[in-house]
Amino acid sequence: MSVDKDTVRRIAKLARIALDEGRVEPMAQELNGIMDWVAQLNEVDVEDVAPMTSAVDHALRMREDAVTQGGAADALMANAPGGEDHFFVVPKVVE
Amino acid sequence: MSDLTSLTLAEARDAVRAKKVSSVDLTKAFLGAVEAARPLNAFITETPERALEMAAASDARIAKGEGGLLEGLPIAVKDLFCTKGVRTTAGSNILSNFVPPYESTVSQNLWDAGAVMLGKTNMDEFAMGSSNETSFYGPVFNPWRSRGSNANLVPGGSSGGSAAAVSGSLCLAAMGTDTGGSIRQPAAVTGTVGLKPTYGRCSRYGIVAFASSLDQAGPMTRTVRDAAILLRSAASVDPRDSTSVDVPVPDYEAVLDDGVKGLRVGIPKEYRIEGASPEIDALWADGVEWLKKQGAEIVDVSLPHTRYALPTYYIVAPAEASSNLARYDGVRFGHRAQGAHDITELYEKSRAEGFGKEVQRRILIGTYVLSSGYYDAYYIRAQKLRSLIAQDFTRAYEKCDVLLTPATPGPAFAVGEKSADPVAMYLNDVFTVTVNLAGLPALAVPAGLTADGLPLGLQIIGKAFDEATVLRAGRAIEVAAGFDAKPQQWWRAA
Amino acid sequence: MSTPAKGQTVKGQTVKGQTIKGQTGDWEIVIGMEVHAQVLSHSKLFSGASTEFGAEPNSQVSFVDAGMPGMLPVINRKCVERAVRTGLGLKAQINLTSVFDRKNYFYPDLPTGYQISQYKSPIVGEGEVTVDLLGGESVRVGIERLHLEQDAGKMLHDQHPDQSYVDLNRAGVALMEIVTKPHMRSSEQAAAFLKKLRAIVRYLGTCDGNMDEGSMRADVNVSVCKTGGYEKFRESGDFKHLGTRCEIKNVNSVRFIAQAVEYEARRQVEVIEGGGTIRQETRLFDSKAGETRSMRSKEEAHDYRYFPDPDLLPLVLEDSWVKEIAASLPELPDGKKARFVALGLSAYDASVLVAERETADYFEEMLAAGAEAKAAANWLNNEYFGRLNKAGLSLATGPISAAANSAIVQMVASHVISGKIAKDLCDIVWKEGGDPREIVERRGLRQVTDTGAIETAVDAVIAANPDKVEEVKAKPKLAAWFVGQVMKQSGGKANPQAVNAILKVRLNLPDEG
Ligand SMILES: [Mg+2]
Ligand SMILES: [Zn+2]
Repeated sequence: MSVDKDTVRRIAKLARIALDEGRVEPMAQELNGIMDWVAQLNEVDVEDVAPMTSAVDHALRMREDAVTQGGAADALMANAPGGEDHFFVVPKVVE
Repeated sequence: MSDLTSLTLAEARDAVRAKKVSSVDLTKAFLGAVEAARPLNAFITETPERALEMAAASDARIAKGEGGLLEGLPIAVKDLFCTKGVRTTAGSNILSNFVPPYESTVSQNLWDAGAVMLGKTNMDEFAMGSSNETSFYGPVFNPWRSRGSNANLVPGGSSGGSAAAVSGSLCLAAMGTDTGGSIRQPAAVTGTVGLKPTYGRCSRYGIVAFASSLDQAGPMTRTVRDAAILLRSAASVDPRDSTSVDVPVPDYEAVLDDGVKGLRVGIPKEYRIEGASPEIDALWADGVEWLKKQGAEIVDVSLPHTRYALPTYYIVAPAEASSNLARYDGVRFGHRAQGAHDITELYEKSRAEGFGKEVQRRILIGTYVLSSGYYDAYYIRAQKLRSLIAQDFTRAYEKCDVLLTPATPGPAFAVGEKSADPVAMYLNDVFTVTVNLAGLPALAVPAGLTADGLPLGLQIIGKAFDEATVLRAGRAIEVAAGFDAKPQQWWRAA
Repeated sequence: MSTPAKGQTVKGQTVKGQTIKGQTGDWEIVIGMEVHAQVLSHSKLFSGASTEFGAEPNSQVSFVDAGMPGMLPVINRKCVERAVRTGLGLKAQINLTSVFDRKNYFYPDLPTGYQISQYKSPIVGEGEVTVDLLGGESVRVGIERLHLEQDAGKMLHDQHPDQSYVDLNRAGVALMEIVTKPHMRSSEQAAAFLKKLRAIVRYLGTCDGNMDEGSMRADVNVSVCKTGGYEKFRESGDFKHLGTRCEIKNVNSVRFIAQAVEYEARRQVEVIEGGGTIRQETRLFDSKAGETRSMRSKEEAHDYRYFPDPDLLPLVLEDSWVKEIAASLPELPDGKKARFVALGLSAYDASVLVAERETADYFEEMLAAGAEAKAAANWLNNEYFGRLNKAGLSLATGPISAAANSAIVQMVASHVISGKIAKDLCDIVWKEGGDPREIVERRGLRQVTDTGAIETAVDAVIAANPDKVEEVKAKPKLAAWFVGQVMKQSGGKANPQAVNAILKVRLNLPDEG
C-alpha cells in the first residue's frame, strides 16, 4: 500500500497540521517506509482473533453522581493563550 | 559522609531516618550535582527552591518522629508528570508555558511519602523517541562514553533525562514512563535499573498521555532495591483512572532477597534476533547461568508473534496518540500561533509550530491508520495481533514464572547516528515493546559492559501484578553480575 | 450518526403518510430523527463538574472537561442508569456490554478534539414508540438505538466582530442520542413523535425535555420518494427505494419540526422535479424565515476515525441491576392511557390527559379525591384547561388544586350545584381560593330542587310576561327564554331539568321542544 502526496495532504488536513508543500513529498516517503515495514502484519492469519483494546480485563468502574469539580474558572483560564472574562477566545467561527 | 550523591535510595533513606544526614544537606548535595551536570541537559526544569522547602519540611517531620517511606529523599520526575504550579512541557514546544493547576497521582503519592522534588527531567517530545533526540529542549547526553572517546552518546529514550540523572548521580532515583520501552531501554543503556510495572498498577491520572492503552509510570534507580522501594510508594489504585486496577501493593523490598531457588525462568527463543550485538547474546547466556547457579529452573519457551510486536506497536501507539494529542490546539492552553485568520489556520499553524517532526510524523501515521478505508486493514489487524502477542505470554506462563531476555539490541549509540531512519530508530524497542502490548511488568537490570566499556542490561518479564517476583529475579541477576561500574563524571570538567 | 439496519415492517401500520402534489405526480415524505436528550444528573458524564443550566461562563468546568493534559474520564453511574431506564421506557433491547468510542474532529467547543460516544456497541438497541395522532389513530415508530455521549460546549459569536467566545459549562454533560428508524411519514407524525418521546423521558425522569434550554434537541432527516417507494422500503428493507436524505440540525421546538419538514420536503420535490438531484447534506432551519439552509461549515468531508476509547473499559451491566431498574419504572403514557380508557374516557381525552405527566398526575389526584373519571376528564378538558390557557398558566402555576376541582365536579355529579353554578364557583375559587364545598354552603349556591319553590318562580314569570306566553304558543322554541328568566330569578340555583318540566306543563308545550 502506498501513501501518495494527496493522501499526505488529506491526513495532514484531518490532523490539523500545516504541512508546507515542500514537506509533502519527503513525508510521503517516510510514511511509505513505515507503512511498508508495518505491512509484514499481513503475513498473519487473524481471521478468528478478537481485537484486544485494553490490557485490563475488568469492566468499567462507575462513580457516584456528585458535584466534586469545577468552580475554578481562574485556574482553568490561567494557561489560556487568549482568555477574556472567563471565556476562551478563538478567531470568529462562521456556522 | 563523604559524597552524599553516591548513596543509593535505600542507603539515603536509612541515613535520613537515623538522622545521620539531614534532608536539606542531602538535597543540597544533589542540587549541586544537578547544577554541575547541566552539560548533560538531563533536566528541563530545575526546582531548587521547592526542593529546599520540601527538604526542610521533611527534616521538621523527621524531628517530630514522623515521616513517610521516602521522607526527605531527593528525586526527579520525568517532565511528562503534571506537577501543580511547576511547568510541565512533555518535552514539547507546544507546552513550553504550561503550568498545570493539578498534580499527577503518581507524583502526589511520592510527595505524600515525603520525597523531595529536584526538578523535571528531559525526555523525547511526548515520549515519542528512543534516544531523547526529539526533545524540543535539546538532546540529553548519556553520562557514559565509550572508553577513550569524547563522542556524546544518547541516553536512550524517551525517559532519557531520568536515566541520565540517575546514572550520573544527580538524584537518588527518578520516575519515568514506559509506552514501548521508554523506562527499560534508557535504563539499560545508562547502566541503571528501570521497572515498567503492570499496566494499571500506577495511575495514569495527570501523566501527559502518549498512548493510553500502553503508558505506564515506573521507577528508574541505581539498584533493584531502590526500584522496589520507589514502586511501593508510586503505585496505587486511583478512582480518577478507570484503567487503574485494585490489587494490593505489597512491600516489595521485604521479599527482595528471597532468591530464585525453584523459580522457573523461561528463555524465549524468538528474542535471539539478527542484528543484535554478539555481546548482548553473550550477556544473555551469562544471565541464564547466573540464575541457574542460584537454583532457578531454566525452561525454553516460545513467543511466536514476537517479531510482529514492533509493527503492531507502530499502529496502536500512533493511533491513540493522534487522538490524545488533538487537545493541543492552541485554544485553552499551550502554544498558539500568531496571526491566524480563522480557526482552521489557528489549529494548523499552532500544531505545526508546536509539535516537532517525530510527533507530527506519528500523528500522521495514527490519523492514517484510523482513517476511513484503512481502519480494518491497519488498526483492527494490529489489535488482533496484540491479542496474539498477549496470548503468547499466557501460554509461556503455563511453563514458567518469569522470562529472561536482553533489554536492548545493543549499547548506547552516538547522538545523530540513527535519527535519519525512523524504522532503524524504532528497532531499539524490539525487546521491550511486547511487554507493553501485553500489559505485563518488566525490569531492566544492568548486567555487564561492552568491550568499549558501555553498559548493557538484561530484562526480566513477569506475570501481571507479579512485580515482586520480577524484582526478586532482578535482584538475583544484580547480585550475580556484581555490576558496580559508574560513568566518569566528564561533565564536571567540561 | 445513523446507520439503520434493515427496515422492519410494523404490522398494522395503516396510517397513510402525507402526500405532496408535484408536477410529475405525488410524492411521499419519509422522516427519521436523531434526538439528543440531556440526562438529568447532578454531575457530568465523565467528570464531577455540575450540569446546572445558566451558570457563569466556564464556572462548571473540570480539568477533565477542558481536555487538560493527563486528565482522564470516569463514568457517572447515574447517567448509565438513566440511559438504561430510558431504553426500557422505549421498550428497547438493553445491551449488557457496550463500548465507548472516540469520535475525532476539531472544533472549539470540543476541548479534547474528540467526543466520547458509542458507535459500534451502544448501550440500548432496537425499541419502539407508539405515537398518537389527532385523528385518534396511532403509528408505531421504530427506535434504532440509544447511546450515551458527551455534549459539546457553547460558542458565542456575537460578542465581538472577529472573535468567537467559548464557554465549556455544557461540555461533557451526558446526552442520550436516540435514533429512530425512518418510520415517520408526515410533519404531524414527526411533531407527535417528538412530543411523545419528550413525555416518555419526563415520565421516566431521565431528561427534563426542555427544548428552550436545549436539553432536548432534534436533528430531522427528511427525504421524499414517489408514491409506493416507502412501502417497498418497508417490505425489502432496501434504502434504494427512498430518496436521498438531508439532515436538518437542531430544530428546537415541536412547532418548528412540522414547519421544517414541510419546507424541506417541498424544497426537495422542487429540486428533483426541476431536474436537479438532492445532495446528502446538513441543513439548518431558520425559524424566522421558515426555511432550511445548507450549513456551509459542516460541508467539508468528515472522517471521524472512531476507535474504542483507551481511557475507558467496556461498560458491563449486571443483569440484576437492569431488572431492578425495570421494576422501578413508573407507569408510562401508553399504560396510563389504556387504564384511563378502561375508566370510560375516550381515547382522545385519555391521550390529552397522559401527554404530560403533570396533567395525568393532576387528573389522578382528582379521582383519588372522589371525582368520577369521565366527569373529571370533561371538566379538565372542557373547562379548566381553557381557563389556564387563557391566563397563560399551567397546572402547576394555576390557582385551583386538584382537590378543589374534584369537589366541584363531584357537586355537579350529585346535583348539589348546576353546571352553570359550577362555572361561577370556579370563578370564585380561581380568584379567592377556598374550599368549594364551604363556599357553596356559605353563599347558598346549592341547586334548588324543591318543586314548590320552582313552581312559584315559574308562575311569577308567566304572570309578568303575558305577551311572551302568546309567542311561545306559536314558537315552542322560545321556551328557553322562560327557562333563562326562571334561572335568573333563582340566582342560577334552580335545577334546570325541574324548571323545564314545570314550564312544559304550565305553558302546555308539546313533548318535543
Ligand atoms: Mg448524530
Ligand atoms: Zn450525537
